[in-house]
Amino acid sequence: MIFFSKKSKPKIPLEKQKLMTVNGDEAVAYAVKQCYVDVVAAYPITPQTIIVEKYSEFVADGEVHTEFIPVESEHSAMSACVGAAAAGARAFTATAANGLALMWEILYIAASLRLPIVLAVVNRALSAPINIHCDHSDAMGMRDSGWIQIFAENVQEAYDTTIQAFKIAEKALLPVAVNLDGFFLSHTLENIYMLPDDAVYEFLGGPRKVAKTYVDYLGKEVEAKLDPANPLSFGPLDLYDYYFEHKMHQVEAMKEAKKIVKEVHDEYAELSGRSYGDGILVPYEVEDADVIVTVLGSTGGTVRWVVKKLRQKGYKVGTVRIRLFRPFPFEELREILKGAKVVGVMDRAISFGSFGPSFLEVNTALYDLKEKPLLVNYVYGLGGRDVPPDLVEKMFMELLEDAKKGVVENKLRFLGVRE
Amino acid sequence: MSHVSQPKPTEKPYDLIIFEPGKKYDLPLTLNLRQLAEERRPMILPGHRLCAGCAAPIIVKLVSFALRGPTIIANATGCLEVATTIFPYTSWAVPWIHNAFENAAATASGIEAAIKAMKKTGRLPYDHIDVIVFAGDGGTFDIGLQALSGMAERGHDVLYILYDNEAYMNTGIQRSGGTPPFAWTTTSPVGKVIPGKSQEKKPIADIMVAHRIPYVATATPAHWADMIKKVRKGIEVDGPAFIHALSPCNRGWRHDLDLAIEICKRAVDTCYFPLWEWERGKGYMLTDRSLAIAKNPQLKQPIEKFLEVQGRFRHLLKPENRHLLKQFQEYVDAVWEDLLNRAVNAPK
Amino acid sequence: MSGSKPEPRGWRDLPLSALPYKLSLEYKTGDWRALRPVIDQSKCVKCLMCWLFCPEMAILWDGKQVSVNLDYCKGCGICAHECPVKAIKMIPEPTE
Repeated sequence: MIFFSKKSKPKIPLEKQKLMTVNGDEAVAYAVKQCYVDVVAAYPITPQTIIVEKYSEFVADGEVHTEFIPVESEHSAMSACVGAAAAGARAFTATAANGLALMWEILYIAASLRLPIVLAVVNRALSAPINIHCDHSDAMGMRDSGWIQIFAENVQEAYDTTIQAFKIAEKALLPVAVNLDGFFLSHTLENIYMLPDDAVYEFLGGPRKVAKTYVDYLGKEVEAKLDPANPLSFGPLDLYDYYFEHKMHQVEAMKEAKKIVKEVHDEYAELSGRSYGDGILVPYEVEDADVIVTVLGSTGGTVRWVVKKLRQKGYKVGTVRIRLFRPFPFEELREILKGAKVVGVMDRAISFGSFGPSFLEVNTALYDLKEKPLLVNYVYGLGGRDVPPDLVEKMFMELLEDAKKGVVENKLRFLGVRE
Repeated sequence: MSHVSQPKPTEKPYDLIIFEPGKKYDLPLTLNLRQLAEERRPMILPGHRLCAGCAAPIIVKLVSFALRGPTIIANATGCLEVATTIFPYTSWAVPWIHNAFENAAATASGIEAAIKAMKKTGRLPYDHIDVIVFAGDGGTFDIGLQALSGMAERGHDVLYILYDNEAYMNTGIQRSGGTPPFAWTTTSPVGKVIPGKSQEKKPIADIMVAHRIPYVATATPAHWADMIKKVRKGIEVDGPAFIHALSPCNRGWRHDLDLAIEICKRAVDTCYFPLWEWERGKGYMLTDRSLAIAKNPQLKQPIEKFLEVQGRFRHLLKPENRHLLKQFQEYVDAVWEDLLNRAVNAPK
Repeated sequence: MSGSKPEPRGWRDLPLSALPYKLSLEYKTGDWRALRPVIDQSKCVKCLMCWLFCPEMAILWDGKQVSVNLDYCKGCGICAHECPVKAIKMIPEPTE
């Protein structure tokens, strides 16, 4: 859901914004084009490929100054982004599923070196069996890597979030992954508003500015980049005497990141007139709800539509879409969920031998409440399995039944799988 | 040093190498050792923790003397990387990055692209910045080959220097694609039925020639003038360049601490490691001692001269293994003959 | 971030991005040495081969003669082996 501000006029009124019919991948490519990106290193993988194709066109037509590196693998894509970002450039890449899995080693390195790389993850199921369709098993595999993870619900949000991501990354000094559901968003045409180029340029403050740090042997604060004027060594060997301390840097940066995501979202909302909840959570009809369902990504729209329908029938149901998954908004979510009798957590991924990944987070968020809502995990939509409204409605009915009974017998349920 | 506003190495032997933004640099190439000692500093500082007698820092030092100006180093995981940057210390006097094991070439590709993009937009305060990779044999022949091949195919202006100590020395002497036949390593032990490594050495420099990048060469630190000249060429060509440098490892090769340079000489004298360069449009050309051997074959030493000082080949010198020694000699001769046939400056 | 704090530093005082903040010049490797190079200046022809090949940058040239920086010399003996006039001897490190 996109909230167009009714109270105050956006700085860039809609008539000054360009209405374009694009799919999610194209929307991301257009956003990146406006972000004054120096280096794009990417490898094709369905359903992300359109991003690199579209961007290659911008490069071929001389519309951007970007150096496009058509790498030979996703591992090299992220590696090249690390090199580029360490040299002071603004860098972007995009991938999905197995490609993201191949990047995994370097995801940790990018985050640990505090490089503000932006990555579009066009969510797709991991093999085997090989499947090109949407689920979140790829994104959940990187949740502990130190990246900020934001999930978009629609094409407009994918565009808006990509622009926000560069600003968030460079303020938080952490890399940001913008998630958009494969095919549901990547290949689906939507009419979206795009900001003028100069507005985006100004929003980002022009080209990337490198953060400064004090280095003793230079005796001064210097930009943390590969610079022949101030030689620094990136990526040293760090043993038990310092590694732990360096991890604290990331812990602290993540703490700050939540505030930054909100601030950047708000600033962007003022500029564009578009907001997504408070930038981290998007609640709907939650105030008096007995049953609240949490969800990530494009399914958020379906769930909201069902909530609207059930509300018309008098059911006290609501939903909250989790936009920011890392850092996870525990306190904010607890505030929203604390009055519910039952909370249903929808996961488009599963941690085998455990629950869905977001279920574990929601569980943690609620643990400190004296009166805890009952919790149920719905794993759904694996490998792109469709989630039609009637299925979502069935889930709500089950949860309303649980609320009535006051107990939950089966905590882990599978929505839409054939027995 | 003309490019550095700091005391000369004779007054202050160790210092960072600072290139001031806004200045144009084109350091002259000199092979005059006094001039080098009095005007140039190595990019690697003492206090590094490579083993005593390791050849890798010698290679890095020689590369320093070939720099033409601002340079960024990308280093693959390996001995050189771990031993030079044990936090909170660094031994690097120039900007340096280590990303991971298999991706030094990809990291360098990103750096080079960043330099280009910033130059294009007027944000680079230098006329040029050279990018050099240092990677070991594991990071080049094996796990890093894909990234290296990608970098070469895409044509990034990067000089990739392989320091080849012929096994995974950083993890404790395991065989690699660069380990020669019959060599003892901890994963190609000399057993009752298998006499060391059963396979030949991957022809990595020829593989890079097959990419038809502008410049490929082999080098050893013992043939220092040859090496410095080749490094400078590799820096100066427009596009990727690759230098395969032999880097004796006394721990893994089981030789005396003082023999790193001596063994390089023997490697070339026996034609185990011939010195050559390849340029587009020119083809293979023998250099230095290897050219002398081609012109005067009596200079070629038997392979024992290379093997006899290394414990990793001890078994080859036992009487019962004479047939293996013969096989090794045949292998070396075949590779050398093949090179002679290709080298445009070898007497036909 | 202050440079005056005693080691080991807490995480708040470390540079960004895990950047090393000391040069290894502060890490003296001379105590690794079992053998010590001794230069016979009367034999030395100042060819600088020892300076060129020393893996530790421990041979110094002051414009007149070569000397050994024992702070870093690990005693590998490459200098002695490569000296064309055998002006460098490796002697056992005094053990007192």
